[in-house]
Amino acid sequence: MSFLDYAPAPESQAVLNLRGDYGLFIDGEFVAGRGEPFQSINPATEKQIAMIAHADAADVDAAVAAARRAYDKTWSKLSGSDRGKYLFRIARLVQERARELAVAETLDNGKPIKESRDVDVPLVAAWFFYYAGWADKLDHAGVGPTPSARGVAAQVIPWNFPLLMLAWKIAPALAAGNTVVLKPAETTSLTALLFAEILQQADLPAGVVNIVTGGRDTGKALVGHPGVNLVAFTGSTGAGRAIARSVAGTDKKVILELGGKAANIVFDDAPIDQAIEGIVNGIFFNQGHVCCAGSRLLVQESIHDDVIDRLKARLSTLRLGDPMDKNTDIGAINSAEQLARIRELTDIGEQEGAERWSPDCVLPEAGFWFRPTIFTNVSTSHRIARDEVFGPVLSVLTFRTPAEAIAKANNTPYGLSAGIWTEKGSRMLAVADKLRAGVIWANTFNRFDPASPFGGYKESGYGREGGRHGLAAYLKPAAGRAAARTVTAAPAASIAPAVASPAAEKTPVSRKKAAK
Amino acid sequence: MTTSQTAMAQLNTGERALALIGGEATDANLRRYLHGIPGIDAVGLEQRASDLGTRSIKTSSKKWAIDKIISLIDLTTLEGADTPGKVKSLVGKALTPDAGDLSCPRVAAVCVYGDMVLHAVAALGSAHSAGTDAGVNVAAVATAFPSGRASLAIKLADVHDAVAAGADEIDMVIDRGAFLSGRFGQVYDEIVAVKQSCRRPDGSFAHLKVILETGELSTYDNVRRASWLAILAGGDFIKTSTGKVPVAATLPVTLSMLEVVRDWHRLTGAKVGVKPAGGIRTSKDATKYIVTVAETVGEEWLTPSLFRFGASSLLNDVLMQRQKMTSGHYSGLDYVTID
Repeated sequence: MSFLDYAPAPESQAVLNLRGDYGLFIDGEFVAGRGEPFQSINPATEKQIAMIAHADAADVDAAVAAARRAYDKTWSKLSGSDRGKYLFRIARLVQERARELAVAETLDNGKPIKESRDVDVPLVAAWFFYYAGWADKLDHAGVGPTPSARGVAAQVIPWNFPLLMLAWKIAPALAAGNTVVLKPAETTSLTALLFAEILQQADLPAGVVNIVTGGRDTGKALVGHPGVNLVAFTGSTGAGRAIARSVAGTDKKVILELGGKAANIVFDDAPIDQAIEGIVNGIFFNQGHVCCAGSRLLVQESIHDDVIDRLKARLSTLRLGDPMDKNTDIGAINSAEQLARIRELTDIGEQEGAERWSPDCVLPEAGFWFRPTIFTNVSTSHRIARDEVFGPVLSVLTFRTPAEAIAKANNTPYGLSAGIWTEKGSRMLAVADKLRAGVIWANTFNRFDPASPFGGYKESGYGREGGRHGLAAYLKPAAGRAAARTVTAAPAASIAPAVASPAAEKTPVSRKKAAK
Repeated sequence: MTTSQTAMAQLNTGERALALIGGEATDANLRRYLHGIPGIDAVGLEQRASDLGTRSIKTSSKKWAIDKIISLIDLTTLEGADTPGKVKSLVGKALTPDAGDLSCPRVAAVCVYGDMVLHAVAALGSAHSAGTDAGVNVAAVATAFPSGRASLAIKLADVHDAVAAGADEIDMVIDRGAFLSGRFGQVYDEIVAVKQSCRRPDGSFAHLKVILETGELSTYDNVRRASWLAILAGGDFIKTSTGKVPVAATLPVTLSMLEVVRDWHRLTGAKVGVKPAGGIRTSKDATKYIVTVAETVGEEWLTPSLFRFGASSLLNDVLMQRQKMTSGHYSGLDYVTID
């Protein structure tokens, strides 16, 4: 026996008490959907977990109406500190039910239990705790005194971090005083529905959060609904474009978190062992289903061979398999559809002449699996260097000088994130300054904190989530202040009240920054 | 083996070091070499160590790990109050760790002060390995352990005495003062000299473990450089600590040393051992080290000639876990013997 063939260490699923089918969560109750229910499967086994209701346009109507009623009658009337109490309560319940949520997430999504247990669920609780603290401090959110909520927020989230993306959306929306209709991704509805149970447990007033499950049609109906004031979407750039088009000409505020093709830049003076870990974490974390994944490795030519040798050795220790096993590093691909896309793009990579390598590992028979893969000899024109693969696939490119690294890193329609590895602080800052990406990690990768804003440049979307900026997106300035701003902009600005003027000048600046 | 490995393997230790550092082992040459080694990002190193610590070792793997841990222990007593009687008792424990279960493996070695070596050798009798693979080794701390503050002549005499008394392994301390003030050449020369003093009349050598006292080196970059220095100078093992300063072995420090050993193997094909010592008290902690070794340098390092735990109280905790795995319930301290 080899010690490294660790004996199975499966997480117990006994903590999970699932129902056979789940309805929509509207106005504080689970109700049947009018559409045809669909099954949610475990991507590691392809077995059915539960049947999920499908919301049609009428269901979406009902959900938006419930959110509007809750906004008008209850939520907008509560004080910030009272809203905060609900959010704190939700955060604590998430912590109490952490194990259950982690198991459900792994079952439904295919990600390793150690990730849902150590990353996703703790961050979900952290997000609610963080925004709970903001609920009674909205005057300091950067949009001037006494801002107001926008109203009903329509939120559509992806399948890669189902519960965490829910938290990123719901926590700031509620803290700012909005009510919510949220649509989880079709393949990962489960934890959102468990979260609905938590909301019942927390006695959140009915209608403040509504969850409508379903397919693309459900999302489309929600985003296009005339009754919503704000649309927040995380997902592919293609879908984001369609949403931007559908809300054009309305007064809906839009926040889009879209795709990415992040460069992870490794200079020859990098702390090499940690850089290797960072490369692995950057692209193989969550099977590479991460919009900010470091999918393009830009490595200085002088250390290319050494880095690739070390990377290959490290990848050979990754453990692919049962996501519920506590020692699994690489879980299942979320869906057959996504697996097909990864296969297509990697085949193109080979055809275009890049050199493909994967460690030996046995893939389970059932389920959707893809070996961690690296491509060397990749050039900037290859599709694997340009298209978002959204899978465990790394493209390796080289550079000779910092200027070339910056140029190559920026040479993408995306601009969500980037990584820099160097022991030289001045280089770190100088390069970060020139990268056109919303989030830049230095000597680390894929680290998230609720206090830190997150979002992209260019085709990676607009708007920020997290931190004060993420809160501001869900607020609008007080009505009187909009008038003050108009006055400031006019030549007779000097007649504006002295107290309003400084703040009025400051606001557009900080808003512009947030939208950059 | 790569070409560079083959070339390196043909050189002896001293030549190899000089070839790598590109000249004599002067402070300047050594500084240039040691400072050219990639640095360590502390946050990333600690993160990796903590990730390795989350491996879940259960059932058959746990059973294997427990017996492996026992066989890698240097059972240690390093007290001013040590007596021949105490050492004899320690040796008894080393030979029969679990009096209630004779299938329990023996530890790798007993580790004592130099003047106790002859008592340890006598107590071991025929169970003393004395250069063979079977049996239990005797390791002696030397070179004015733990501070290393003595003249070179005294340090070498200390080593010489222990080897003459039958020590199979010498645990020396480096001169941390010299290292911290940049006198790398002095540290290097001392290790080379101590290694020479490990030579027995028949031409064989006692194994040399070089204690870096990582708690006093303070930064991971220093630990990495000291590890390279000790290996370049011919140490067979690099060891974290004396156990006599507040910060002893930690998982990140041990990980960083294992990475050096792995890189040295990549470079030269030669295998150097690692010994974390001090502060590892529980079976659970020791298991994290075993995992870290296996996933960093490979499973073949989990053998007494390449990995050791320097510990005293660890053994009894491991034994209680072992009893629990056999009987299904926890026993308690009254069911394991004190040494």
